[in-house]
Amino acid sequence: MTAPAAAAISLDGVSKVFGHATSALPALDRVSIDVAAGEFLCVLGASGCGKSTLLNLIAGLDAPTAGRIGLEGRAGLMFQEAALFPWLTVAGNIELALRLRGVARPERRARALELLSLVHLDGFADKRPHQLSGGMRQRVALARALAQDADVLLMDEPFGALDAMTRDLLHTELERLWQDRRFTVVFVTHNVREAARLADRIVLLSSRPGRVAGEFPVAIDRPRRIESPEVSSLAVEVTDRLKAEVRRHAAH
Amino acid sequence: MPVVPEGGTERPADDRLRDELAGLDALELAATARAGRAGRLWSATWPKLAALALVLLAWQGLVWAEWRPRYALRPPADVWDALWANVADGTLPKAIRITLQRAVLGFGLAVLIGAGIGAVTSRVRVVRSAVGSLITGLQTMPSIAWFPLSILLFGITEQAITFVVVLGAAPSIANGLISGSDHIPPLLLRAGRMLGASRLSLYRHVILPASLPSFVGGLKQGWAFAWRSLMAGELLVIVENKPSIGQQLQFSRDLNDGAGLLASMIVILAIGIVVDSLVFGVAERSIRRRWGLVDGAD
Repeated sequence: MTAPAAAAISLDGVSKVFGHATSALPALDRVSIDVAAGEFLCVLGASGCGKSTLLNLIAGLDAPTAGRIGLEGRAGLMFQEAALFPWLTVAGNIELALRLRGVARPERRARALELLSLVHLDGFADKRPHQLSGGMRQRVALARALAQDADVLLMDEPFGALDAMTRDLLHTELERLWQDRRFTVVFVTHNVREAARLADRIVLLSSRPGRVAGEFPVAIDRPRRIESPEVSSLAVEVTDRLKAEVRRHAAH
Repeated sequence: MPVVPEGGTERPADDRLRDELAGLDALELAATARAGRAGRLWSATWPKLAALALVLLAWQGLVWAEWRPRYALRPPADVWDALWANVADGTLPKAIRITLQRAVLGFGLAVLIGAGIGAVTSRVRVVRSAVGSLITGLQTMPSIAWFPLSILLFGITEQAITFVVVLGAAPSIANGLISGSDHIPPLLLRAGRMLGASRLSLYRHVILPASLPSFVGGLKQGWAFAWRSLMAGELLVIVENKPSIGQQLQFSRDLNDGAGLLASMIVILAIGIVVDSLVFGVAERSIRRRWGLVDGAD
């Protein structure tokens, strides 16, 4: 076991450049972030800040050009789209995650149903992904990520394509699961209120290339509401910084 | 009677969240009405029956107009009688059995070979650039052009026919698998890798199932090519003591038996359609329905 304050993720001077020489496109520039075990970190930035690149690097789907990345334990990744496999049922999708993790066949079904119940989808086990709504598919994706028994949950604008009400409920859902299970979350979004609603700490990335442009600890008591004055006033503060960042690009 | 929650430890906030989610789920899942089985069957059948009636009418019209001599172009009723006579004396069932045996053997081999080649070609880059365009090229080669070589290699034998059937069908099947794995959404591959799939298990659990619709499309096209090649083969390669449908067709022409000739043609067409729609059509539709690629009404 790691000590409570130990870093689950440590990024040390991480840079990522796509392409070579003349056509090189720097996506991330010397990004250093430590994420404590059990912390809920939101990464916020405008377009072109390399948010998705950052998650790919942490997940190990891509390698950094320079710098060091440390990850304690296993990472699960969620995308803006649920990315469920259409040829499997809802339970089948989760069972595949369990299978690839090496869970024995007799256990899989029961574990899958348990996980579905956890995201309040009892009774949908034998449906096909296309029979569910977007919000429900994201909950299945969440259950699938949990099935990996991930210590770190990487989320790439997971609720970006949902309507406001569904998103609101999923914030509560995610917060509840996180509080129960205490995994580490790196949640990428461009929605400032969403970040203020969920995060323990917000990291602001500048754009082209992505650099850490600011950090905001969020000391608002949970459970929070996205409409609460504390969340709103923090959102205003962060938005102003974000806008200043964006204005910098108009001058170029 | 009020239901007391078991254990009673659940927090009210959790209950509310669950109810809110359940309510939203119920609202978003609009009920989809499906027509009854009989209704669907009828709406799928009547246009086909109507088309068939029109064809028969046009055919009969040509006979009445005496467009060609009567012995060459026989009316539908005579062909129907010839068909029944062939069924009754057992020649047609026997011919169908022999032809279908050849079809199953040839198509089965083509599936094995085509799927093998397709799997290797789609995953190994060197093989892909070496034979990728050759496979597509082979598809455009008329199968009848293979027969002289095939007869030279194998003589007037069953193998000569099987050889050409396999060459006709395998490229389509290989291409189905190749294009299937070319068109997998990258997001699904990323998701698979993220779940910890290795190279082999990614192929087994993601790439292969994701290629299935395209593979079935390739099988369907492969069947059409196999059936055509087989008919060409049976006309050219007449193996002794092996009465087949193609052979019947050839004999009818030799004997100027117009009714028997058309009867054989109808059998060839019917088998082609039945296999295409009952085997591959059903498979294709069930995949599309399960994947959610059709509207509920379909």
